[in-house]
Amino acid sequence: MSLRRVLVANRGEIAVRVIRTCRRLGIETVLAASDADAGSLPARLADLVTGIGPGPATASYLDVDAVVRAGVTAGADAVHPGYGFLSENARLARACAAAGIVFIGPAPETLEATGDKLAAREHAIAAGLPVLPGGHVLPGTGTARTEAAPPGPEAAGAVAANGPAGAAAAPALPAAEVADRIGFPVLVKAAGGGGGRGLRVVRDPALLDDAVAVASAEAAAAFGDPRVYLERYVERGRHVEVQLLGDGEHVIHLGDRDCSVQRRYQKLIEEAPAPYLGDDLRERLRAAAVSLGERLNYTGAGTVEFLVDADSAGTCGGEFYFLEVNARIQVEHPVTEAVTGVDIVAEQLAIAEGRPLRLKQADVTLTGHAIEVRVNAEDPGIDFRPSPGTITRAVFPAAAPGGVRVDTHIQAGATVPPYYDSLLAKVIAQAGDRGGAIALLRDALDRCVIDGVTTNLDLHRGLLADAEFAAGGVDTGYLARRLAGGDAGRADRRPGWRGDFDLGEGGDG
Amino acid sequence: MDLTNEDVADILALLDSLPYDSLDVETPRFKLTLRRAPGGGWTEESQVLADPVPVTPSPDGASAPSPVTANVRQERGGVAQAAATQAGANAGPGTAAAASRTGGPGTADDADGADGMAGVTTPLPGTFYRAPRPGAPPFVEAGDVVNADTVVAIVETMKLMNSVHAGTPGRVARICLENGEFAPLGTTLMLIEPEP
Repeated sequence: MSLRRVLVANRGEIAVRVIRTCRRLGIETVLAASDADAGSLPARLADLVTGIGPGPATASYLDVDAVVRAGVTAGADAVHPGYGFLSENARLARACAAAGIVFIGPAPETLEATGDKLAAREHAIAAGLPVLPGGHVLPGTGTARTEAAPPGPEAAGAVAANGPAGAAAAPALPAAEVADRIGFPVLVKAAGGGGGRGLRVVRDPALLDDAVAVASAEAAAAFGDPRVYLERYVERGRHVEVQLLGDGEHVIHLGDRDCSVQRRYQKLIEEAPAPYLGDDLRERLRAAAVSLGERLNYTGAGTVEFLVDADSAGTCGGEFYFLEVNARIQVEHPVTEAVTGVDIVAEQLAIAEGRPLRLKQADVTLTGHAIEVRVNAEDPGIDFRPSPGTITRAVFPAAAPGGVRVDTHIQAGATVPPYYDSLLAKVIAQAGDRGGAIALLRDALDRCVIDGVTTNLDLHRGLLADAEFAAGGVDTGYLARRLAGGDAGRADRRPGWRGDFDLGEGGDG
Repeated sequence: MDLTNEDVADILALLDSLPYDSLDVETPRFKLTLRRAPGGGWTEESQVLADPVPVTPSPDGASAPSPVTANVRQERGGVAQAAATQAGANAGPGTAAAASRTGGPGTADDADGADGMAGVTTPLPGTFYRAPRPGAPPFVEAGDVVNADTVVAIVETMKLMNSVHAGTPGRVARICLENGEFAPLGTTLMLIEPEP
């Protein structure tokens, strides 16, 4: 079927991004906007706007019923969920299907398999991907386990044969036993977490049981799922990911990205291709991602995230480990679009129309290098305090196809509400090589003026001028060390901070 | 309703061959300012002015709130001056937050301050949480003794958790908001009975 009218169930720059591609393709858009976004740029750009509730996301963008109602009211053929919010929500995918609306994303079973980080890990193992040593642990102190008995090998075979529904869960073991096997420090992860949520590092064996018990209780409260697992903690890792497209039968990749410049698990700078990566490692990463996509019968656009050992990344035997699957379009997709020339949103729409992939792997060619910075409404001078408010002026470099691209939802008069994430704009530069892209991006940032809220533009200008970043291949601790003014190691995460726990709408990375 | 990047590129290609350093276009639907940047290249300042078009004009009694209207106007010449006005049908938290922002940071909520009590106000508009995370015990309960720098709550703004400090040494007299409630800028979250 051809899509004629798409409900854009998101806000901000990604809503603008989706609307622009729909318009180019002659597809009508209806924006589902909260009260706080009723006068936003995407609301002005969309063909039609429908309200989905008050500002707080739980009452609007995270309300499955409100989104489905909006889709029905709008007479939409399909819902594009963007990233964050309900983009990976299996309940929304099912509710859309029940209402006769196409959910632009993977099948609900895939969303369940990838949303459960422990299940995703089991799928990765089954697909032959390297994972960090670790495993499911008992929450301790007598807390009841909620999962069914672990299925045997037959069940695992059935999973593989029947597609991604369910996962072959390994049995939970006492935390001390797992930790002894993998060695300290360990990372305690929540099965319901992901995107940096529900993580804690344990360095002292004496603190392990407590950490696991607390993590499990918190995970139960936050995600409705008390299951936690341990993984070896890698001190110097890089975040490298592979973009996938799948039609349920075939899966291809659109190359890799490096997103190692992060602060508290929030990506700030992303680039494609990942710099300073051995050719053999790059090939293995891409092949691994495709294998996992094939196992999941992946449909739509998605990303497989990996942790790459920073010290061996440039060498032939470079090591990498599966982290998680993001079953949606990602914030940083423009760098992949820049080097491949593929409009990922257009491919999402085509796949949602039920078409087979329009590209074969051999059709995908990567040219040059692209870098994106996330311009956020936050004040790096006051510990990155968010800066909601009203934009009084917004000047960007004029977009130059093949050079500079700006994805934004801000303009003079736009409000930056306190309810949502702080992303204001993504400035992307592409050039023949990485050095050229950095130079172009620096020039582009010098032309940016955003008044009315505080932004991190100056931080980006500084980072792009930094020799360590320019050299390429920084690890995920790089930014914290820079901010601490030296090699201070990872900044301790404070209780309650997003890196530790997130009450918000979920990782958008 | 808007110019695409390709449209802007076409305009710039034209401009590049002409001896002009800036272009201002304004229609009822959009405003575009292009200026030649000092180092070559151009900057773009654009505004889409077209009003949002609701799916159903004023749905009577529908559960969905009626759309907020936003008007953006320019003054002639100079830097674009924009004023967004919000007129929400329901006086929800969003409306309150927008209204209180005009007061700027530090707007104290005197009305709530009972005699001799010190109010703990939120430094940012956001969602009030009494505990560091779900399932964890609250930072403080009424009756607890606090120092000026005791963390008494967190306020989530733009998906970030911001610590709120007591500010005054004393005893927590009252917690004024429910956990998870939205606090517009300057809202009194708690009252502290100062140390004698």
